[in-house]
Order: sequence, then structure tokens, then C-alpha cells
Amino acid sequence: MREKHVITALVKNHSGVLTRVSGLFARRCFNIDSLVVCATENSELSRMTIVSDTDDATIEQMVKQLAKLVDVVKVCELTGATVRRELLLVKIHLTAAQRPEIESTCNIYKAKLVDVTKDSAIVELSGEPNKLDALIELLAPYGITELTRTGVTALSRGGKGLKE
Amino acid sequence: MDNKKQLKGCEIIVECLIEQGVEYVFGYPGGQIIDTFDALYKRSGKIKQILTCHEQGAAHAADGYARASGKCGVVIATSGPGATNLVTGIANAYMDSVPMVAITGNVPVPLLGRDSFQEVDIAGITMPITKHNYIVKDVRSLAAVMREAFAVAMSGRRGPVLVDVPKDVQQALCEYEPTAPSALPTAKIRGDMQAAANAVNAAKRPYIFVGGGCISSGASNAVAAFAEKLQAPVCSSVMGLGALPSSHPLFAGLVGMHGSAAVAKTLGRCDLLIALGARFSDRVAQNRNSFMKGAKILHVDIDDAEIDKNVRTDVFLTGDVKNILEKLLPLVEKRTEASWADEVRAEVKNRPFGAVSNILCPRKVIECVCKAAGADTCVATDVGQHQMWAAQSYGFEKPRTFLTSGGLGAMGFGMGAAIGAAFATKKSPVLFTGDGSFHMNLNELATAVKYKCALKIFLFNNNVLGMVRQWQTMFYGGRYSSTELNLPTDYVSLARAFGAEAFTLNKNDDIKDVVEKAFATENTVLVNCVIGRDDTVFPMIPPGKSMDEIIEKREDV
Repeated sequence: MREKHVITALVKNHSGVLTRVSGLFARRCFNIDSLVVCATENSELSRMTIVSDTDDATIEQMVKQLAKLVDVVKVCELTGATVRRELLLVKIHLTAAQRPEIESTCNIYKAKLVDVTKDSAIVELSGEPNKLDALIELLAPYGITELTRTGVTALSRGGKGLKE
Repeated sequence: MDNKKQLKGCEIIVECLIEQGVEYVFGYPGGQIIDTFDALYKRSGKIKQILTCHEQGAAHAADGYARASGKCGVVIATSGPGATNLVTGIANAYMDSVPMVAITGNVPVPLLGRDSFQEVDIAGITMPITKHNYIVKDVRSLAAVMREAFAVAMSGRRGPVLVDVPKDVQQALCEYEPTAPSALPTAKIRGDMQAAANAVNAAKRPYIFVGGGCISSGASNAVAAFAEKLQAPVCSSVMGLGALPSSHPLFAGLVGMHGSAAVAKTLGRCDLLIALGARFSDRVAQNRNSFMKGAKILHVDIDDAEIDKNVRTDVFLTGDVKNILEKLLPLVEKRTEASWADEVRAEVKNRPFGAVSNILCPRKVIECVCKAAGADTCVATDVGQHQMWAAQSYGFEKPRTFLTSGGLGAMGFGMGAAIGAAFATKKSPVLFTGDGSFHMNLNELATAVKYKCALKIFLFNNNVLGMVRQWQTMFYGGRYSSTELNLPTDYVSLARAFGAEAFTLNKNDDIKDVVEKAFATENTVLVNCVIGRDDTVFPMIPPGKSMDEIIEKREDV
């Protein structure tokens, strides 16, 4: 069955690691929705969060193939309860008259207006990807100039973490 | 006593090779690797340099050396074209899980990324065809990288590793302390051993399928003991040939696209397929959805990612095959009932590989060479019909004697591989090649003669690219597009020009005499075996078809 799977990995903080991972996905025909890399509390390691809309067998292959890379220290699929978050920045057309209704929409979503000019605004929202989708849909009628989202980053709930 | 001393990067490379017990490096010098060759020159008492005619030949030689010896092959080349010429050889080692360390020079660090003369991003190029690769930009990490490269190449599922060293790093001074390599850990066993034993004990008609993993792990005795305890027939992939002696009463033959008809007919009757160090490639599980649908599969492999990659398995164990078989053996019940093994044996007897031609039959040549060469001789091949005839009909008795490009299917592999095997075994290897493959790397014939490798080369000359022609005959309406070589090459004169001996063989009656003459020759010898352009390889399971759709002989097409 196809569904959104989240893979999390601790990788060595070297140049070229992202190329190794993305190259692996390309040559094995693995499709990914998003890939996020960030620094961690340990300066020698980075964290990768990969989201893929695929079946169970493919996700199992992805994890196993990633585990074979020398630069991948630890990798697993996040299966149980997880916190998934994504950040959205969206720039919309906005007249002064429309500002109150946008502010009210933002309040409902706990989104913020982070830049306002006489005819535009940037809205910032973090949350589950579907919440971001919903806000984008509401903002679309105003005219979206451009938007960017970070891709999903995620951690498992509870006290345990992905350790080396 | 303080062991530490200041050495140049290039000297550290060479000292690390000595630490690892490397005896031979295959390679070709050039501007950005002069320093390392200079360091090798000074340590020539410890390491011998083997200079080929082309870097590709050097890479294949390092590969052949590794396959024949079980040690890590080492190849050294310069930057740019030297490095790119290694690519086919590295890919070949990667596909067949052969341990190799490739060392390349590169332009000095300040020139990297500026499209300097003879600069290529070889680390980028080889990323998909190496287990791992490195570009060393700081001499202080060089010794650690060299040691790690050998450990990565030789541990787990083996494979090639590339270390790219810019010229200024080769020249920079650094403190070096000799370090003996630590023993590599045995791969951890994962999976349920008891469940695997239960599956084996529940089976009435178990069939063992051996692959290249049995050879890398040195599992031959363990495979034989396991098969004998179960009275289970054993089939082999191309990569697994030699893991069990072909003369063993339980050996059923080759499986796959050009495998034995007896295996194709009987494999479907088993209720448990025990795959040992094999990866169910598309040349074996041609239709992976219908493959072994009626049977359970127990898959044993060192690479976790091979489990359920191509074929869904019922039970698996991951780890070193030999280690697993030794632990599994006491858990499985001895079977005395031999009717299943007898049934398979009867099919093997009834379905031998047929003669290819009544003028000069390549199968007869191969069988005669097998008798003359003896069980210890390494046999290298190139790729195509001759390779399949050799896989089908040469009776391999020992592991590490069949050196063939199984996964990549690289024409031109054989000459280099045979040269590598000559250094590994200090004996004279056999090379079966075709006229197409031979023309790809024939330059290395000079290398073979120069180093007194004493190759026995049997070149099947049909003046066509036989395997592609066979497909064109069967599937492309006989349109022989670019497969008629029409080469004017006089093989006998060519071989003599390179300093080798040469004979021509063109009829069955002369096989024994000519083969004997070839083996009596001390020098490298090329036998030009003139065969028919429409000689074909059968049996054949057409691409994507299942085993019961096997075409047993040419007349059935």
C-alpha cells in the first residue's frame, strides 16, 4: 500500500554525503517527496529526514540501501507515533483593506504575518504538512506570488532517540 | 622506541599498501601520480609494479588477481583519462562484489574545480560503482583513509573502493606510524536460525542454489556438507561455479538464461529453494513475479539489502554464508531418502548440453581444455557465447577458478583478468574469448607476453558478434545490424607480432592435438578456433520468460 513514509538518518557531516544519498535514490528509482538535512547537537553528525510516498517493500529497500552507505551512521523508518513538522513561507497579494481578514485567518491557524507592504504580505506557518496545505488553499484566492516550504522534519515521540 | 617518522603522502600510500600485505599493484603512471610511482620505485623490493598497456586492463587485472587469490586487488592510475579508463573495471568489480582498492592521482588541491589539465571528478564519477570513495585533501588523514579503504573493500559484501589523492597531498609531509591491520569482524548473523532450520526440516524436496557469495566466503566445504546431509541437489549461478565441484554427485548444473535444461525442468518441482550467497539477478529470476511460485525460499546472503530485493523470500538469514551454514548444519535433520536427488540426477543424465557444431564444436574444445588444464587452473572468459559455453561445459572443480564478468558483462574483461590470475596463482591461466571481446583489449596480449604469464588463449573466431547475432536471429528477424565483424585480422600473425605463439584449429579431429600443443608451450599461446557464424548457445530461456518456457535446442526455436 502506498502511503507517506518518513525515514530518519544520522549521517557523517562530510561534504558529498547529500550527493551520495540523492544519487542512491536516483539510480535505484526511489521517488522522494522531500529531503531535509540539518546540523545536530554533535558537530560530526547531520540528520536527514526523508519523506517518500511509496509502498512498504520500496521503503524497506530504501532503508537497507541507505544503511549500506559508509557515511550513514544510523537509519530507520519512523513508524510509531511521530511529531512531523514543516515550515511554510507564502507571499500573497494583499491590499490594506484585506489585511484584517487575513489576520483573522492567520490567528485560526496560529500563522504569523512576518512581512507586510502596501500590497503584499508574507505568511509564516509551521505544522503538519496537511495543515500547511489547508492554509495554502485558503490563501490562493488572494493571489500567491511565491511560496516555499522546508519539507518535513520529524522525531519519534517518547524518550528514546536514534543513537549511533 | 618511537616508530613515528615524517614521510611524504606518496610514501604513506606505499607504506599503507605494505601494511596490508599487498604484493602487486597493477597500474599506469601519469603526471599527477608520478610521486606515488616514485615511492613505489623505492620500495620495489616489497611491492611489484605491473605495467599494463591501458588502465582498463590494469583494473581488470587487479580484479582477476582478487578473484583468483581472495585478496584485495590494487590498481593505480593518474588523474583525468587515467582515472576514467578505470571506470569499466571498477564497475565490473562492483557488480561481482570483488574487493579492490583503486588509487588515483589528481591535480593539486588549489587547482581542483577549475577544469585544470587532466582533472576529472573521479570520486563523483565512481560514486555509484564503488562501495565508498574518498578524496583526500589533507595528508594528515591519508593513512587512516588508506586503511579504511582496505577494510571497506574486504568487509561484509566485498567491493571496490577508490581513493583520489591530489598531487600536493602526495608531496606533503606528515608523521606516519606503521600500524598492523586489525582483523576484520565476521559479519553479524541476523534472522531466525531456528525458523530457517524448521523450513529445511519441513521440506521434502529441497534444492540448493549457490552464488558468488559461497566463493567469497570460502564456503565450499560447508556447502558440500550441507547438501550431503540434506541429500539436496545443488544448482549454481554463473558466479557460483566452482563452489561445489561439478563432479559432485549432487551437482545439477548451471541455472539461468543459458542454464542446464535439467535444472530448469527440476527446479520447479522443489518445495524449498535454499539460496546461498546469490542475489536472484534478472539472468536467474528472469520473471521475478513468477519465479519459484510453488516453493518456499530460504535466502542466505551477507547483504541485508538483497533480502526481498528481487524475489520475496519466506525465511532469511544474513551474514557470512560459511559461518551461517556451519551453525545451521547441526540444526537440520539428516535425510537418508535419496529419491529426490536421484530424480534430479536422472534429468541431468537425460538432458546433457548438446553439440554446437559438427565441424569445430566449441563445447568439445572447452571440454578438452578442461581435461588438459587440471582442476587448479584459473579460467578467465570474456563476454558472449564463448562465456556461456564455458560456464555450461567446463567442469569447474574448485572455487576461485572461474573468472568471468557475471554482473556487468564487460567484453574485454578476460585478458586483464587472466593476467591478474597469473600473478595470483603463479600458474598459467586459460582464457576463453571471442573475436569481438578479444579486439576490445588485445593490447594486453603484449603485457601477458612481457610478464611471462603463459596464458592459454582459446579465441572462438566466427567473425560475428555471436551472442547479439543469436538474438537478432531469434528476435529481430535476422537483421544483422552491426554484428558482422568482417575483420581482416590474421590472429596467428598478430599473436606472433606480440611475441606469443599461435595455432589455428578448425576441425573437431584436431582438437586434442592442438590443445596438447598449446599446453606444451611455455609462452603465452593463442589458439584461433574457427567456428561457424551461426553456432548458438542453447538451452535458452528467452528474456522475461519463466523456466518452463526454456528452449532446449536450436531445432526448437
